Amino acid sequence: MAALINVPPKAKRGDVIEIKTLMSHIMEPGYRRTAEGSILPRDIITSFTCRYNGAEIFRADLFPAISANPFFSFFTVAKESGKLEFEWIGDNGFSATASASITVE
Amino acid sequence: MDKQPTTRRDFLGLAGGAAVAGAVPIVTLRPLDATPAMLSGAIRNVVGEAPIRNGKVKLDIPPLVENGNTVPMTVSVASPMTAEDHVKSIHVFNEKNPQPNIGNFHLGPSSGRAQIATRIRLADSQKVVAIARLSDDSFWSASADVIVTLAACTEEVN
Repeated sequence: MAALINVPPKAKRGDVIEIKTLMSHIMEPGYRRTAEGSILPRDIITSFTCRYNGAEIFRADLFPAISANPFFSFFTVAKESGKLEFEWIGDNGFSATASASITVE
Repeated sequence: MDKQPTTRRDFLGLAGGAAVAGAVPIVTLRPLDATPAMLSGAIRNVVGEAPIRNGKVKLDIPPLVENGNTVPMTVSVASPMTAEDHVKSIHVFNEKNPQPNIGNFHLGPSSGRAQIATRIRLADSQKVVAIARLSDDSFWSASADVIVTLAACTEEVN
């Protein structure tokens, strides 16, 4: 699964930094019909979590009203150097992870 | 949810029935979309009986969008984001999609800034509501009306 992560590689201690993520996913809402009239079953990501050195800093519950290829932008305080981990969980056993490192001076 | 067009037969049947029943005005058939009642129900599920006040929350969404499949949306809340006074969560709802919920976003003092952005789907021109829960468990809200030219969610797949 293709994930796009945008985390500043370096930050000053105490700075508020923006994190942007995008995960490729169809986010089939479960309400669309084919030309034959059958309903396409729902297939969405239901949960997104971001952890900073193990501690959860952002979590989102997703509904069908989130667009395909879910994009999120959120903020955190740069406290210490380390790793940001991202996790997406969804219907039909969908699971994807990504990570990024940050150096805090 | 089904957005089946009223067929001519259904319509005539209803109109005939109404005529038989007396001078009953013809009621517009509402498609099975989230109604304002579902919207307030979904909001009450999150808020409970607590009062919701206007203010603090800023909902940035274009007033006119061509494509309801990707509507950029930013929600920010005026908050110092300290351990004593911060935003716990932001909840976004809509009025006329098949489901009233759009997303729940959980933040904390480590967020530094109470602001989130994402892209949403809107199935019709409608009101979008953002509600923030603060650390003192008070609720603040903002809403915006969006006009959508091309609807999302319920279209036919080619």
